[in-house]
Amino acid sequence: MGDLIIENLSKEFKKGSNEFLALKDINLSVKNGEFVTILGPSGCGKTTLLRIIAGLETYSSGTATLDGELITGPGPKRGMVFQEYSLFPWKTVLGNVMFGPLMQNFSKDEAEAKAMTYLNLVGLSEFKNSYPYELSGGMKQRVAIARALANEPEIILMDEPFGALDAQTRNNLQNELLRIWQEEKRTIIFVTHSVDEAVFLSDRIVILSKRPGTIKKIIEVSIPRPRDRTRPEENAIRNEVLRLLDTNENCEID
Amino acid sequence: MNSFIIGMESQNVQKIVIGALSLAAFAILWELLAIIVNNSFYLPRFSSVLSAFFSVIQSSFFFNDVAISLYHFIIGFAFALIIGIPIGMLMGWFPVLDKALNPIVEIFRPIPPLAWIPFAIIWLKLTHQAAGFIIFMGMVFPIIINTYSGFKNIPKIYVEAAKVLGSVSSIKLIKNVAIPAASPMILSGIKTAMGVGWMCLAASEMFGVSDSGIGYKIWFYYGIQAMDYVVVYMLILGFIGLLLDFLFRYFIQNRVLKWQKGTVV
Repeated sequence: MGDLIIENLSKEFKKGSNEFLALKDINLSVKNGEFVTILGPSGCGKTTLLRIIAGLETYSSGTATLDGELITGPGPKRGMVFQEYSLFPWKTVLGNVMFGPLMQNFSKDEAEAKAMTYLNLVGLSEFKNSYPYELSGGMKQRVAIARALANEPEIILMDEPFGALDAQTRNNLQNELLRIWQEEKRTIIFVTHSVDEAVFLSDRIVILSKRPGTIKKIIEVSIPRPRDRTRPEENAIRNEVLRLLDTNENCEID
Repeated sequence: MNSFIIGMESQNVQKIVIGALSLAAFAILWELLAIIVNNSFYLPRFSSVLSAFFSVIQSSFFFNDVAISLYHFIIGFAFALIIGIPIGMLMGWFPVLDKALNPIVEIFRPIPPLAWIPFAIIWLKLTHQAAGFIIFMGMVFPIIINTYSGFKNIPKIYVEAAKVLGSVSSIKLIKNVAIPAASPMILSGIKTAMGVGWMCLAASEMFGVSDSGIGYKIWFYYGIQAMDYVVVYMLILGFIGLLLDFLFRYFIQNRVLKWQKGTVV
């Protein structure tokens, strides 16, 4: 379970009468339990690719399947953590995390039990009765991770979830995410434009080229965890990634 | 913190003192002016309004007047909610219905509610429902418009977040995302509507729908030239309007919208 296969996938966008190719011939397979990062300069379709996997965006040709099932729309097997703060402001922390299980027709008690499990996992169970406006940015994203996990999805899609956070909080959350991933053993696909983040987190780094987005290279990161942010092994990979990104000119349009 | 609270308190005391002084000055000026004018039809004296007030609130018909007026108001309010909220939701959620209903709403919306009085009489005769109908016409459009724009401006991120969590159908999205996300707008539309509806109340009782009610009494006392009583009922009308607004804000808006930081509606 949790095997994602993308074959010859392309995505065309229409802007008025103009059509442009956002993604071209993407081939990617992600195994169960893997941590894969998608990296590339902004406007190169990495968020589009993630949204296609989430089912929030359609694709023009090719196929995307999860465990052999064609992806045709959003579904609870694929959880998502957004870059923007996406917690429902009218629900408490607990209400937010219970939302998914309740949508899966679990009873209120079961949903609450699941929610509490994952709130404990992200260390925020004592904030269960708070409203999102009472939380810091880092706490909001931790609740968002708990909310995605509460549905017990096969795969978790993360769209620059730590992009809006300060460096210290960001590092803490990266560590925490790795801990959660190792405990939960779920597949994670993580979009970022931070090379450091990609090297620190992932099993494999998928590097997208400039538009139309194609897979330029997939780099294996076989350094055992816990990783360091400054050692030569990590630096070597970082340099390789930076070199690959450097030959891309910037993307003009986001 | 303490000095801050003390500062707030002394500011409040100041506010009350200045307000009270200003009201007293207003009452004295009024009384003097009325003495000079010396015509209780043109300008009743403040003192006679005051004594009229006490005789009104002690009278047996006062409670009945308020009850009948509230009855008219509630008829209009209930129908405005039952009809206005679903129309606003449907228009805001389904683009086809927006296109279809928008021209109709835009034609009827600018018509002053009191212009419906002839049809109210023809359709509903001289009944409480006719008064309720006028109030309804005043209330329904602010409710439609606010519900509509609340639904139009739901942040896309909440809809997408709900979808990936398994809430995909329109009905589920409307129930779980659109209504709560739009609730501040919907409630402020209802508040506006309550103000408009209350303003329509006086006129809606002046064309003979009943023989009691605050608006009716204003017209009745005008007929017998008891202008001090007219002023009393005018003030009662204003006061109850204020009270309704206060009750709505403190018991409904603030309670439903406690998730909003620093609610200002």
